[in-house]
Amino acid sequence: MLSIKNLHSQVEETPILKGINLDIKPGEVHAIMGPNGSGKSTLASVLAGREEYEVTDGSVDFLGEDLLELDVDERAQNGLFLAFQYPIEIPGVTNATFLRSSINAIRKANGLDELNGAQALKLIREKMAAVEMDPSFLKRSLNEGFSGGEKKRNEMLQMMLLEPKLAILDETDSGLDIDALQVVAKAVNSMRDANRSFLVVTHYQRLLDHIVPDFVHVLYQGRIVRSGDKSLALELEKRGYDWIKEEVDAQTA
Amino acid sequence: MEVLEAHAASEYKYGWSSDIETDTLPPGLNEDVVRFISAKKDEPEWLLDYRLEAYRVWREMVEPKWVNVDYEPVDFNAISYYAAPKEKPKLNSLDEVDPELIATFNKLGIPLEEQKILSGVAVDAVIDSVSVTTTYKERLAEVGIIFCSFSEAVKEHPELVRKYMGTVIPTKDNFYAALNNAVFSDGSFVYIPKGVRCPMELSTYFRINAINTGQFERTLIIAEEGSYVSYLEGCTAPKRDENQLHAAIVELVAHKDAEIKYSTVQNWYPGDKNGKGGIYNFVTKRGLCEGENSKISWTQVETGSAITWKYPSCVLKGDNSVGEFYSVAVTNNLQQADTGTKMIHIGKNTRSTIISKGISAGKSQNTYRGLVKVLPKAENARNFSQCDSLLMGDKCGAHTFPYLEVDNKSAQIEHEATTSKIGEDQLFYLKQRGLSEEDALNTIVNGFCKDVFAVLPMEFAAEAKKLLAISLENSVG
Ligand SMILES: Nc1ncnc2c1ncn2[C@@H]1O[C@H](COP(=O)(O)OP(=O)(O)O)[C@@H](O)[C@H]1O
Ligand SMILES: [Mg+2]
Repeated sequence: MLSIKNLHSQVEETPILKGINLDIKPGEVHAIMGPNGSGKSTLASVLAGREEYEVTDGSVDFLGEDLLELDVDERAQNGLFLAFQYPIEIPGVTNATFLRSSINAIRKANGLDELNGAQALKLIREKMAAVEMDPSFLKRSLNEGFSGGEKKRNEMLQMMLLEPKLAILDETDSGLDIDALQVVAKAVNSMRDANRSFLVVTHYQRLLDHIVPDFVHVLYQGRIVRSGDKSLALELEKRGYDWIKEEVDAQTA
Repeated sequence: MEVLEAHAASEYKYGWSSDIETDTLPPGLNEDVVRFISAKKDEPEWLLDYRLEAYRVWREMVEPKWVNVDYEPVDFNAISYYAAPKEKPKLNSLDEVDPELIATFNKLGIPLEEQKILSGVAVDAVIDSVSVTTTYKERLAEVGIIFCSFSEAVKEHPELVRKYMGTVIPTKDNFYAALNNAVFSDGSFVYIPKGVRCPMELSTYFRINAINTGQFERTLIIAEEGSYVSYLEGCTAPKRDENQLHAAIVELVAHKDAEIKYSTVQNWYPGDKNGKGGIYNFVTKRGLCEGENSKISWTQVETGSAITWKYPSCVLKGDNSVGEFYSVAVTNNLQQADTGTKMIHIGKNTRSTIISKGISAGKSQNTYRGLVKVLPKAENARNFSQCDSLLMGDKCGAHTFPYLEVDNKSAQIEHEATTSKIGEDQLFYLKQRGLSEEDALNTIVNGFCKDVFAVLPMEFAAEAKKLLAISLENSVG
């Protein structure tokens, strides 16, 4: 599905990712954890194709194609979805209009018929119920004035509508109460299947009680410094990040 | 900001000129030219006098300098003041129209033929100053509506023209208005009788065709008591290296309980990306809410012209009268726009709304200039203004100059203004959801303009969106 090799990336001459290696196979759920500022969002942004992050070395293969050669929209059309840590507000564009354009952009790129207004609306309403969003959000401007939790639900709604092959969730859990957290977990779990993979970026273990990962990686100072199974997350929960930091700092000293 | 700069480097899509033979006056302006125009049009004595008086007034005036635009001075003697299609057509049906002209309309995407007629729009087309064809006149005539060229109105309804012409915009009003009064060529005339609701949208397309001709059309719309009309004006001009002058006048009069809705989509040639060529658009538009409970609304989508100087205004004389101004102004490359409105509250309980959306791209400058004036007798006047600017890239400018002159304490005035930048993160977000760069940009821009598009007649809104997309597009085709 996704194969990242020795990925280096920098912003304005400052190196942030310093050699990431990661393989995700179809059907797997990988969690990436790590202290603030370690490069988790940067990794997500680089995979989605954000221009300001310059790739200085390494390669990324996504479904047999060189991901780094593709434009942002082509990556999305190929089935890569990023749930944003901070979803963007777009005034004047209703959620309904946006969702339909997005669904149809992806369908069209994949050779499927576009949905008409009624078909799209039916689908959207169905998925809205699944993420427990009130239909009144259809008429509101995209993310404008949404609370943190509402924005994250809206991200999950988009994920369910677009049915990506690889969904990257960037701290979708942060700032959520337990109910909202369960909505996120439910959305992901309902979509888990043998052909779909997830990369779940989180700072806390608690999300992983609900979305049980196959692998857990710790990102620190732009590198994956430790990988393991779900027990690694539990260990981090108990011991915090300091012991890992100390180990790494001792090695690099 | 690479994306935005690429978008800013877009090109004009309507750049072609057609070969209709024109009958053009040599450049220059003097009394003889004024007499020539008047004679050419077979005008009555009073109108010639009106023109000559205007010419004398104009000669004493100087060009306004307060506008926030910068351009080479116009040489008024280098302009030709008259160009008309040679075979002056008197046509009853489209079949009689010069096929070249029909082709012109088709290029413009004006479905003058069946489609438009079926969709219920009567079109009065003005090419280089002479109105060529008017459709649907008969159906309109059945309910007593007059919709014809200005010249025809002068011949057929001189009493109406004489009664109203210049009552909303006096000759002395400003430099360009005075010039228009002296040399105006043609334009449209609309009269809606008492109690009649115009059964269709009335539409006129203006287009500047010949080289070096200024276009000086004028429009007069009169809505009698309790009547209603919606009028659409679309403008475009071929691509030329020379700058062309356009100085029009539009006067609206709404009597008691009458409503006039005037919508414009203006797409005059803006010049190339180095600022060469393009229309100078110096237009005076004003509506008079003469009677109680009357209403005038101006809606404009401005994407063209090298320089725009335009303030569609409402004089709210009747008690409880309402004035509205909804505007989208787009500037790109080296375009400059100074546009806005004036709301003059004279009567009691008069209300006005101003919604202005300015979009600047490239190295363009986009200025909103608006006046809200409340006279001493205007008890309980209300105004709400919202002026938003959207910047694309960081080489363009947006400016807002709201002027307030309030002489009655009961007035309630509200003004809101915002300036925002199209964010790379907005574009990134939409593209991450599969939208192409163009679609992402258009989505953001359409969202920004939503309040204005919502009040445009439906078919016009679609056209306006298309125009916006074209003027912000990075490549043709
Ligand atoms: N656009 C940017 N400009 C400058 N520095 C950035 C930018 N994005 C991220 N960084 C820096 O890169 C490092 C990693 O950030 P980030 O990927 O957001 O970490 P995380 O998501 O793990 O908290 C931080 O030091 C952050 O300040
Ligand atoms: Mg982060």
